[in-house]
Amino acid sequence: MLEILTGPFAEFLFMKRALLGTLMLSISTAPIGVFLMLRRMSLTGDAMSHAILPGAAIGFLFAGLSVTAMTIGGLIAGSLVVLLSGVAARQTDTAEDSSLAAFYLTSLAIGVMIISMSGSNVDLMNVLFGSTLALDNTALILLFIICAITLLTLAVFYRPLVMECIDADFLKSISRYGAAAHYGFLILVVLNLVSGFHAMGTLMSVGLMILPATVARFWVKQLEPLILLSVLLAFIACVSGLLFSYYVSVPTSPTIITSLGAAYFVSVLFGLNNGIVTQWLIRTRKHLSA
Amino acid sequence: MLKFENLTIGYNRHPAVHHLNATISEGDFIALIGPNGAGKSTLLKTILGHVLPLEGKVLFNNISKTEISYLPQSSAVDRKFPISAEQFVATGLWHESGPFQRITKEQREKIHHALRRVGMHGFEKRPINALSGGQFQRVLFARKLIQNARLLLLDEPFAAVDEQTIEDLMKVLIELHNSGATIVAVVHNLELVRKYFPKTMILSRELIGFGLTAEVITTENLARASSIGFGDVKADICEVSHHA
Repeated sequence: MLEILTGPFAEFLFMKRALLGTLMLSISTAPIGVFLMLRRMSLTGDAMSHAILPGAAIGFLFAGLSVTAMTIGGLIAGSLVVLLSGVAARQTDTAEDSSLAAFYLTSLAIGVMIISMSGSNVDLMNVLFGSTLALDNTALILLFIICAITLLTLAVFYRPLVMECIDADFLKSISRYGAAAHYGFLILVVLNLVSGFHAMGTLMSVGLMILPATVARFWVKQLEPLILLSVLLAFIACVSGLLFSYYVSVPTSPTIITSLGAAYFVSVLFGLNNGIVTQWLIRTRKHLSA
Repeated sequence: MLKFENLTIGYNRHPAVHHLNATISEGDFIALIGPNGAGKSTLLKTILGHVLPLEGKVLFNNISKTEISYLPQSSAVDRKFPISAEQFVATGLWHESGPFQRITKEQREKIHHALRRVGMHGFEKRPINALSGGQFQRVLFARKLIQNARLLLLDEPFAAVDEQTIEDLMKVLIELHNSGATIVAVVHNLELVRKYFPKTMILSRELIGFGLTAEVITTENLARASSIGFGDVKADICEVSHHA
């Protein structure tokens, strides 16, 4: 039994690399997801992940599947979208969700077009769903750097970030950290989406960010446990996704997201906080004892 | 302490208050009243510097920005955020702890003391999403208490709060005033204003009246305030440029 779980990782270097890569990704991306969820910005994260695609695609156009070129392209595109969507939200009366939808559908379409112009269908699949099992040294180093930057920044901006989520007006009344925390956080989102992009692909990367937080919310109530549980869930999903895709030979990143989806489904029904069945049980018990 | 000089304020070039001239002195205890949209919240935000004046200015005399404390409308706070009452109150210690330092033992004592003073003893670990509206308002006051501010700005502290809470929190405000704080509060309940607030400022797009409560709250002033407040809302979009 243990052999089934550890064997593939012991035997193959590519599995070890994938394990290391997804571990680093889980540690940095899941906490970001918790804050995105708490700020009701899950959809914004989704939109931003798609917005990175055209940038990465332009990188691809110039240098093929090069980690560096696609990272630089993705970072530029992501930062541009952060700025533009901020301006768009302030300058127009368009409801935020509809302008986000406009943003991400267009970017996705443009990105797919650019890649199809110069690459094959395999390249396209690679960009959309990532190459978890083919992480090279450059990609692993990138994941490590982004993980380190994320943890450091979160440690430094933790208090302002929390305060900005709860009570932005109050934070503004006592300090100037509000704006720094806000934009610093958005930059972290972009960075993590770019690193997620390499391991999980542009369509799936935001899933590893948002879903663990959404699942964890059904089980714990305080912020710190929420963050820790999200990291743990993300990593468990990665390991089970890697193993499943190894034995059944299906693409890895959809498998990882599917296992998180399964965890979400179970939590919606049986979660301690607001699970549907749980609430029903509590009600009937009250009813019986009354 | 504060002086408004020909102050015109508003959002997106739509003025909310025109040509306000008034002085708030040290030790004042002022109720700010007026119809919805009269510019009361905007005035508080202008004092804080969140909203820049369209015309005129706010002069600060002998008070720095860190000595001002602000109590936002409780609807402006995300009450679903997973944080305990104690942690929430701790955010008021920003000027001591800054963004990085951990909360010391004395500071924790101070937080617990503040929660006791507002009648929330035993609720320290309770998540803020499990508090009622009145209880949460008490927690907001506890945070105010530990800020040690000299000028307190409160935006509708008594909206949607039960009688008992209003009475308890009013006592806290009076204590703060007695220990030297200057207080400006947006209040809707006139009975409350007459009972507790020595001074009143009526705003309705312009200054209707400012002075001793008994002299300012007159049928005539109130009628004037509501007729202007609900009157031609659209007409004065460009009024600033007429005067400029």
